[in-house]
Amino acid sequence: MEIFSNANDFLLWTRGDAFNIAIGIFIVGVVIRLLEILLLGRKADYSEPRGSELQAEWKGGLKTMLIRSVADKGTFKRAPFVIIVGYIWHIAFLIVLLFFVPHIELINATLGLKWPGLATPLVDAFAIVAMAGMLAMLWHRMIHPVMKFLSTFEDYLVWLVTFIPLITGYIAFHRMIGPYPLALGLHILSVEILLVVFPFTKLMHAITLFLARWYTGAMMGRKGIES
Amino acid sequence: MSQLNIEKGINALKEQIDGPTAAFFSSCVHCGLCAEACLFYTETNDPKYTPINKVEPLRRVWESEYTLFGKVKNLLGLTKPVTDEMLSDWETLIYDGCTLCGRCSMVCPVGNDISGMIRKVREGMVASDHAPEGLIGASTRAVKIGSPMGIRLKALQAQIKHIEMDTGLTIPIDIEGADYMALLSSMEIINFPEYIESLAKIFKQAGISWTLSSEAFEATNSGIQIGSSDIARKLVQRVVDGAEKLKVKYVISPECGHAYTAIRWDGPNLIGRPYPFKVIHILELLDELQQSGRLKTSGVLAKKLTFHDPCQIVRKGGIEAQPKRLLNSVSSNFVEMSEHGNMNWCCGGGGGVSASERADELRLKVFNRKKVQLQEINVEVMVTACANCRLVLEEGLEEYHMDIPVIGLSELVSEHLQEAEPAIKDGE
Ligand code: SF4
Ligand code: SF4
Repeated sequence: MEIFSNANDFLLWTRGDAFNIAIGIFIVGVVIRLLEILLLGRKADYSEPRGSELQAEWKGGLKTMLIRSVADKGTFKRAPFVIIVGYIWHIAFLIVLLFFVPHIELINATLGLKWPGLATPLVDAFAIVAMAGMLAMLWHRMIHPVMKFLSTFEDYLVWLVTFIPLITGYIAFHRMIGPYPLALGLHILSVEILLVVFPFTKLMHAITLFLARWYTGAMMGRKGIES
Repeated sequence: MSQLNIEKGINALKEQIDGPTAAFFSSCVHCGLCAEACLFYTETNDPKYTPINKVEPLRRVWESEYTLFGKVKNLLGLTKPVTDEMLSDWETLIYDGCTLCGRCSMVCPVGNDISGMIRKVREGMVASDHAPEGLIGASTRAVKIGSPMGIRLKALQAQIKHIEMDTGLTIPIDIEGADYMALLSSMEIINFPEYIESLAKIFKQAGISWTLSSEAFEATNSGIQIGSSDIARKLVQRVVDGAEKLKVKYVISPECGHAYTAIRWDGPNLIGRPYPFKVIHILELLDELQQSGRLKTSGVLAKKLTFHDPCQIVRKGGIEAQPKRLLNSVSSNFVEMSEHGNMNWCCGGGGGVSASERADELRLKVFNRKKVQLQEINVEVMVTACANCRLVLEEGLEEYHMDIPVIGLSELVSEHLQEAEPAIKDGE
């Protein structure tokens, strides 16, 4: 454990060692989780598909991967809150993550990829929307009979580790606490915690949902079901 | 005793876990939307009926056996084990509170096939001795006698004799080399013999060479419903043997929904090889015959009617357009329920639920969903294409004092067959 003599040292550490460790755990963890799923495989299916096997499965799989992002009308009517707020906070979160100029610079420095960012005040507004959406979702989770019933410690944990980067980022950007290197360091550290927790929790859904949709879509495609 | 059973149960669950299962559990974010898709939740407001909760035993086994994190939890003593008690608690959720209708699998935003997983959990339930009496009885009869309702060949022969005397038609049995071998469900034999009569009439007009098999006439598969691959395999094998013996090109699945799932989709995987014949659902066949002009109908029913899409045929079987085309050809006032086709609501009696007396009260309660759907459109007649749906609908309608007759689609089509067969027959 290092002892930081000042905020600058702390910031340097979050940007250096801690960052490397977090990325390392994230990548190794995600690879392990994906292998755990993929290596289990699927049994051969001897039933006669409707149409050619390859076509039916791929078409169905890819289609469900995309289409399942849109809720059916009946379910939307029955649960508008989860669906609307779910969309809002996910989209706002992704905008803040991917279109805030300093984030793009970091991605560029790490991966060599870059794209145009959004005006900072706009990103700022989206950050507030994302936080408000997440708070609304948390509230809903705590009061809706089904969500409350299903929720476990893990659900609240992943909420927290997703929310903290937003709030610390907001605080650092607006210089709400000082010194700045400390605020920024805390933000970076919170993201690193998110990365470390990601592979071992349902945060993984961000990746595995495409597998899940593919498997289901392929199975349905084989049967000629329009899903 | 129960220790041994629970081990068997857990092993059976382990065997069920595959890539898709792991992807599904990894992806669930506890959003609760699947509850809104399930009539057992919407009509009871009890969160325990949330589809993803029903598969919790499978999730626990997956986590502790197939994930690194779960293994660490095991070491730290943090794992919640699957116990005999747990399975007893889950038994009613898995059997009485789920019809395997597949609606939840259409709604889950991350794409989880929850219904498919519930089917898997049933394997563990059977192995650990937690299946309901009603289904155990049905599947034992299916294996021993040849039909879940205990119907023997003699009973079928008696019905056939009746039909032949009443109509002057012949119902062919054990004709080797026929093109099509038709299967029946017990319920059709006993409660709706009109179905057999309809087949005979339609096939006569269309000039189809067909037969029944004295060794394999029963299509329903209680093994699929109770969740025992061993039983299901035996029952499928019987049909395959029958069809191979008569050297038919096609096996016709009757209207019955679970029978179709069993023989069309699960069967080849149960016996571990593709069939030497094709399986076609009666509605697919009728539609084909009509499209090709071999089946001609005349006149239409003018009464306002709707179609109840059987889950296993439509949502899980991929036969959606055919029944609608057939129905439109014999009806002039066909209206859809608000949510229909792939998103139709189950009658509440599929997946073996209607075979278990214990589940009756709950089944009639959740029928409220269908009642509300029907009240929105106010029809005079209901049409469906599954003998089990039909019985369950009839019972439900009676319970809710709704005077709407339910008829089978094949039967409706046969009632509208163009008469005057002798004159036309040679020309076409
Ligand atoms: S709808 Fe899907 S993601 Fe949501 S709780 Fe149900 S299974 Fe989980
Ligand atoms: S398959 Fe149907 S009855 Fe079973 S949990 Fe899903 S929606 Fe409910």
